[in-house]
Amino acid sequence: MRIRRHRRWMAPVVAAAAIGLALTGCTGDIAEQDAADVDCGPYEEYGTFEDKAVTVAGTILDLEADRLMEAWADFETCTGIEVDYQGSSEFEAQIAVLAEGGNAPDVGIVPQPGLLARLATGGWLIPASEAVEANVDEWWSEDWKQYGTHDGTFYAAPLMASIKGYVWYSPAEFEEKGYEIPKTLDELNDLSATIAGEGEHKPWCVGLESGDATGWPGTDWVEDYMLRLHGPDVYDQWVTHGIPFNDPQVAEAFDAVGEVLKSEDMVNGGIGNVSTQVTEAFQTAGLPILDGECSLHHQASFYETFWNPEGGDEVTVASDGDVFGFLLPPVNADDPLSVTGGGEFPVAFRDAEEVEAFRAFLSSDTWANNRVSLGGVISANTGVDPENASSELLTQSIEILQDPETTFRFDGSDLMPGAVGADSFWKGIVAWVTGGETQQVLDTIESSWPAQ
Amino acid sequence: MTTADLLGKLLQVVMGLAVFAAVVGLLIFFIDKAPKKGRDYWQLTFFLLPAMLFIAVGLVYPAIRTSLLAFQDPSGDWTLANFVWTFTQPAAIRTLINTIIWVLLVPTISTAIGLAYAVFIDKSRGERYYKVILFMPIAISFVGAGVIWRFVYEYRGGDRDQIGLLNAMVVAAGGEPVQWLQTDPINTFLLIVVMIWIQTGFAMVLLSAAIKGVPTEQIEAAQLDGTNGWQRFLNVTVPGIRGALVVVLTTISIATLKVFDIVRTMTAGNFNTSVIANEMYTQAFRASEVGRGSALALILFVLVLPIVIYNVNVLRKQREIR
Repeated sequence: MRIRRHRRWMAPVVAAAAIGLALTGCTGDIAEQDAADVDCGPYEEYGTFEDKAVTVAGTILDLEADRLMEAWADFETCTGIEVDYQGSSEFEAQIAVLAEGGNAPDVGIVPQPGLLARLATGGWLIPASEAVEANVDEWWSEDWKQYGTHDGTFYAAPLMASIKGYVWYSPAEFEEKGYEIPKTLDELNDLSATIAGEGEHKPWCVGLESGDATGWPGTDWVEDYMLRLHGPDVYDQWVTHGIPFNDPQVAEAFDAVGEVLKSEDMVNGGIGNVSTQVTEAFQTAGLPILDGECSLHHQASFYETFWNPEGGDEVTVASDGDVFGFLLPPVNADDPLSVTGGGEFPVAFRDAEEVEAFRAFLSSDTWANNRVSLGGVISANTGVDPENASSELLTQSIEILQDPETTFRFDGSDLMPGAVGADSFWKGIVAWVTGGETQQVLDTIESSWPAQ
Repeated sequence: MTTADLLGKLLQVVMGLAVFAAVVGLLIFFIDKAPKKGRDYWQLTFFLLPAMLFIAVGLVYPAIRTSLLAFQDPSGDWTLANFVWTFTQPAAIRTLINTIIWVLLVPTISTAIGLAYAVFIDKSRGERYYKVILFMPIAISFVGAGVIWRFVYEYRGGDRDQIGLLNAMVVAAGGEPVQWLQTDPINTFLLIVVMIWIQTGFAMVLLSAAIKGVPTEQIEAAQLDGTNGWQRFLNVTVPGIRGALVVVLTTISIATLKVFDIVRTMTAGNFNTSVIANEMYTQAFRASEVGRGSALALILFVLVLPIVIYNVNVLRKQREIR
């Protein structure tokens, strides 16, 4: 009896001890970085703090998140502010709920101006401090500042950027077959027709599958054509509902895209017929170019990292390498350069000195250069040295963004209300590619636009 | 995370448990000390209080708030626009139709298969093992099942090797691969198969237990009357397990009305496969149309309510008979 009772106590104690020991294996005792090793000169203006922490949340994950944290590591060491980042793919769905419940992080890295507007309307955002605004006035174009502004109040500076509308190709194939990089949309169509006519393979490869966001790569196509066919003013009216979604000008852009996406002669190189676009993941859709089964692939500058799906640098991205990209050309060769793109905005939910110091740092050229040097991304910050970028394509992208002559427009679906930009536009693209009539699809999207 | 962090967290857990034990202990202590007069009343109040509190905070308050939100536009004005949207938009109507298809097919088919299986393996050798086989999918989460079945239906274009089981079989038989999950309307039915696969085991286990509860005397009496197997099943067994059948049917109906995980992981509601629960999430959180999401939640609630009431009624009647 005595022994039995004894055992009854022993089991949980032993189990707890074992679990405790096992869990210590999960911990890594990281030594604090020594401030003496860091040149704190550029960080002096942000001051020093004692025991202050800033929590940050966003959609950025894995390797990109590691680089993000590395880019502000020196800031933490020099100012004494501890920055705690949490990435989640559900961030966009949850941030408004968290904000409403008063549980938002100090800083949220919002990837869509539309979401920023919604959070601002809810009254949860802290306007940007003077230091942030001064940085933006100094380093960014007026266009970019507008995307961080809602109802005349400036809330956040842009963080990073990407350029949409690149057409990826194989420089070797182009040289071998004597193809020229097209300078107008007509030339691009001629090139597609030539490749299709030669009959070796279909010219374009397209992938629209992206889990619950399936269809979004198609919205980038339409946005690029809207901006090039009708110019920035009509584009702005389109995204702000100044013209209805089923306007003839929008239909024209859809039909121009349809020349490729809805044509059995044009897609889907190396993958199958037109309907395979909705089953092919956007991450892998460009890869048939490497096997010579497809010649052209439309995707943003960030696709650079997808060419080596296993990591490493087997596939070189360069104008004399395995793949490279050209910007989707304008209607006329001498039209001003117009590009669509994306970016993130660190908005603040807590009014505190350390939060604003952190945000001021994020809007500075110091941070932008730090982050761009680590590779994979670009920034529209004019203080960035394009040579810091990790590749020829990204250097070129930064130069495009910094050029005052460039007309930049934000990805339209990110500016539209969520019901359209994150739902019916995507679904509309899927329905349209799989056989829907243009007008009918546009009418459906138009009717989903929330009444204001 | 450092060892110090870990120790801190462990300490927090221990502290939490200790506080919980202390509160419960105190509660019981005070109930014990309650005045003799009306002691039952005091005890009842005290024991019900925590549960009531949680229900009020976690169920009643959100339910009322959701109902109010369903009748508001984003700026907070009263409107019926959310319901107009639900019953006029082609995409939203399709969502309602799909939900009806789901709730008609899943409970009936999984109960029918579960019942047939239970009858056939009844009193057979190795009954236990047959049961385990069919019961296993229950242990798999809906998300897990969705991921597994998405691979089964996977499609590869062109001449590439099919990695999906179903298409591999089609190709081996000399056919053309099909985009199962992208082809409307077959995709909805293929999703329904997944739900049936999960729920049949549940139906089988409950019905099998009920069949064993049917008195042998009744079966033997029927046998003496010269009935065949089918007649015995229809006129003796089925009436004998009516209560269990109702419970199984209603439980699966409610689970089906709420289905979200399978649709979300397999098609995310694309290609006309969306159902109310999935659309509710999409509208409320991704499209930031809280009103539309709440309206869908309210519709779902109204649909589930009669089933719950019916279920409770049947159970109460049975208790009265006993």
